[in-house]
Amino acid sequence: MAEKEVLIEVKDLKKYFQVGKHATLKAVDGVSFKIYKGETLGLVGESGCGKTTCGKTVMGLYDATGGQVIFDGTDIHSLNKHEKKEFTKRAQIIFQDPYSSLNPRMTVADIIGEGIDIHGLYKGEERMQKIHELLELVGLNKEHALRFPHEFSGGQRQRIGIARALAIEPEFIVCDEPISALDVSIQAQVVNLLIELQKKKKLTYLFIAHDLSMVKHISDRVGVMYLGSMVEFANSDELYQEPLHPYTKALMSAIPIPDPHEEKIKRRIPIEGEIPSPINPKPGCRFAGRCRYATEACRTSTPELVEIKPEHFVACHRVKELNEL
Amino acid sequence: MNENLMNPLEEAALSDELFERVGTEGLSGEDIGHKSLTYWADVWRRFRSNKMAILGLILLIAVVVMLFVGPMLSGKDYQFIDASLKNLTPNSEYWFGTDDMGRDLFTRICVGGRISIYIGLCCTLVMFVIGALVGALAGLKGGWVDDLIMRFCEFIGNLPYLIIVVILSLVMGRSMFSLVFAMSITSWVGTARMVRGQILQIKEMDYVQAAKALGADTNRIIIKHLLPNTMGIIMVTITMSIPGFIFSEAFLSYIGLGVRPPETSWGALASAGQQQLMFYPHQLFFPCLMIVITMLAFHLIGDGLSDALDPKLRQ
Amino acid sequence: MSEKLLEVKDLHVSFKTYAGISHAVRGVDFYLNKGETLAIVGESGCGKTVTSKAIMGLLPEDNTQIKRDGDSAILFHGENLLDYSEKQMTEIRGHQISMIFQDPMTSLNPTMKIGDQIMESILIHQKVSKQEAYRQAKEMLELVKIPNAEQRMKQYPFEFSGGMRQRAMIAVALACKPEILIADEPTTALDVTIQAQIMELIGSLQKELDMAVILVTHDLGVVASVADRIQVMYAGKIVERGTVDEIFYQSTHPYTRALLNSVPKIHTNNKDKLYSLKGTPPDLINPPVGCPFAARCEYGMKVCRQIPPVSTHFSESQECYCWLHHPKADVSGLPDGMIRPCVTERSAK
Repeated sequence: MAEKEVLIEVKDLKKYFQVGKHATLKAVDGVSFKIYKGETLGLVGESGCGKTTCGKTVMGLYDATGGQVIFDGTDIHSLNKHEKKEFTKRAQIIFQDPYSSLNPRMTVADIIGEGIDIHGLYKGEERMQKIHELLELVGLNKEHALRFPHEFSGGQRQRIGIARALAIEPEFIVCDEPISALDVSIQAQVVNLLIELQKKKKLTYLFIAHDLSMVKHISDRVGVMYLGSMVEFANSDELYQEPLHPYTKALMSAIPIPDPHEEKIKRRIPIEGEIPSPINPKPGCRFAGRCRYATEACRTSTPELVEIKPEHFVACHRVKELNEL
Repeated sequence: MNENLMNPLEEAALSDELFERVGTEGLSGEDIGHKSLTYWADVWRRFRSNKMAILGLILLIAVVVMLFVGPMLSGKDYQFIDASLKNLTPNSEYWFGTDDMGRDLFTRICVGGRISIYIGLCCTLVMFVIGALVGALAGLKGGWVDDLIMRFCEFIGNLPYLIIVVILSLVMGRSMFSLVFAMSITSWVGTARMVRGQILQIKEMDYVQAAKALGADTNRIIIKHLLPNTMGIIMVTITMSIPGFIFSEAFLSYIGLGVRPPETSWGALASAGQQQLMFYPHQLFFPCLMIVITMLAFHLIGDGLSDALDPKLRQ
Repeated sequence: MSEKLLEVKDLHVSFKTYAGISHAVRGVDFYLNKGETLAIVGESGCGKTVTSKAIMGLLPEDNTQIKRDGDSAILFHGENLLDYSEKQMTEIRGHQISMIFQDPMTSLNPTMKIGDQIMESILIHQKVSKQEAYRQAKEMLELVKIPNAEQRMKQYPFEFSGGMRQRAMIAVALACKPEILIADEPTTALDVTIQAQIMELIGSLQKELDMAVILVTHDLGVVASVADRIQVMYAGKIVERGTVDEIFYQSTHPYTRALLNSVPKIHTNNKDKLYSLKGTPPDLINPPVGCPFAARCEYGMKVCRQIPPVSTHFSESQECYCWLHHPKADVSGLPDGMIRPCVTERSAK
């Protein structure tokens, strides 16, 4: 296999929100990963784990509290105004909610054309032609260009959002839960479209979702986040077949399987309680409070993400003894 | 379709030809049934289906037409005094009767109404411009600018309005300008708060974030995203504020702080009519009726607009 | 022979909207046996929630029309709920039939203590003293596995986390030990790990209290482990129904097949393209004349666009509304096992 080229390197990324005088919400707390050119990196976790904040900080929509996001050699958080605008031409984002992500007062043509207008890529006739091309690319037709968002269904709106992101021909797209607000049959439409576009345009995706089965389907590598930190990171097949972190194990076993026989033989690893608040988190492993293997060491020192097997990283003090490695 | 085919029990009636595979041919499944409507056309469609709102609109148009065409129809001058025609009750010559100086009440109501509505519009305009600018500044800048502006708004909002008006009319003299100035100086606070709230809410919408991600600068975000999406609620506030100002003007004129004779307004007319209430109630009744009709019309339109603009009702 | 607890016959519900009358439910029949779990599966707008709200009598009166003449009825213990007055429905709601919703935050009263909300339901429907109601309410909280029930009774909904709130709502719904629990997307708003906890809880409570459950959901994964029977709805109509195994392994309707195939299988290593339906469900203001699914069905025939399909029975429990099971239908290229021998005469609906 040819040497993979790194497109984005996230180094010890931190994003804190001040929520009160003495309360800090540590949404993302020291996350590092690399995204290779042309691959899809999945980011999963339950609500409040910081995956969306992480995606938006990587996109530069939020300023990072600490750490770096190196895109093609430069840190995007150190760019000046002009460079930042150039960066937006190369990286785009697709949002979760197809209702709030389209301006209700703009026509579909103007929504899709917004990026073209901002960067002055095409004008007049050429611009319209490009918009029509984009509409067809996402499976809509020319007649839809002059309509308003409220006339479309959720799935169609999501495809308009994809067309908007594609209009300025980016290399990298952050997909922030692009399918969680959609119906099952529509989810498949959107996922197929994303995969097809990736092949056609050689895109790189950061795919954020809580639907573990979809993430597995679309991603090459997957990172599992829990309460602002990465707990496990591996090849998607390997992660799903052989999860090593106690949290990942519980998460995998909780996924409902649409197959009654499989569901009957499946053993669920119970997980006690609920995700604690990310405000002023305690030191030590974030999962310690719910982990049945937690020891004193887990509660006092934070485990590092270590390469346990080739390309398989786990942040757990006891991973070796628990998995008899 | 034949009638007998509609009964599925008659299997024989279903011809082989009907079972030809056609798949999804000719049906894209992406069709949008109804015809395309722009946002405002859609608002107008819903506004139109609201009977009360349309009644309000008709009333308002009727009042405005009367104010401008009325004096021509009656052929009287609103300042012409005829002592021999004092305190007439409504008749075919003087439709609303005359006042204690023999002036035609109908013509006076038309001319006074123009002033009332003019003051209402001016105050609303001043209120809207100051309020929207201040509110938008607070909402967009945030941080200490926002804090400072909001504290200032609280200060202004807590000043006793009547005392301000009295002081201002003493300092600036009683004129239209001082009246408008006095009434709008405290009223923009509500608009500013509302616009700020809207901006804060829309600022967090994904489509604004999407525009940022596309590299849009602040100006573009304001013009393309924030302004159009606050227009609706601003329009409702404007329609709802005009009658409030008309009423305030009437009230101020009624207690003698409003327009000065020989100019007149509905409030001044009501005030004059009140002195004759025991003997000639029509002199109070007609100005009051006009105030009520106008206020009702604006409120009905405002209600209709806010219903028509409410995105939750969009189907 | 199992006992039919609830029977819905020819239910039609339509709503007045700005654009016209939307026919949300168009002739739905089904029954619910004592103690069983029936899942109603379908995408948003297919009428599954409207159907369950119609049973509860919870549809807004001013813009809803429910067909009451002819055969239309919702029979509960043989009594037609459509004929009940609001007062009679209040007696049934929360007492004999209860409902839990997707979003526990909006269905719990934010200004009332959790304990009081559970007690309220008990005090309305049962003639018991306050002490007795308190005891029962506490028992209920313990039953839904909320730790420290005694203290939790005195807390307000905002002090509960998402999963705990859903548990509290279940406690409120089950306070009077109803015969039927309607669960409308009970786990959609929750995280996977919490989802599994709640589904397990509903399952164990069902056995303990001997309830029948109607599970309304769009997620076939949730259904697989808990349902006895499944009915699939599309555009206001039932398109197929059967036991869990029949629906998952022997489904006969192209829409059911599409639903099953558009979810990636996590336990296999299949990275093929997902099966995806084209287009979107039809506009129910002008519902299609023939089969509602015709516009998106790759096996569609001319007849599908003209005449509503009739029912074909494949077993005592499985039936399907699709023209592909007509003897004259073109069945070339259909997935394996979709055409199965029918057991009874084809019947008109």
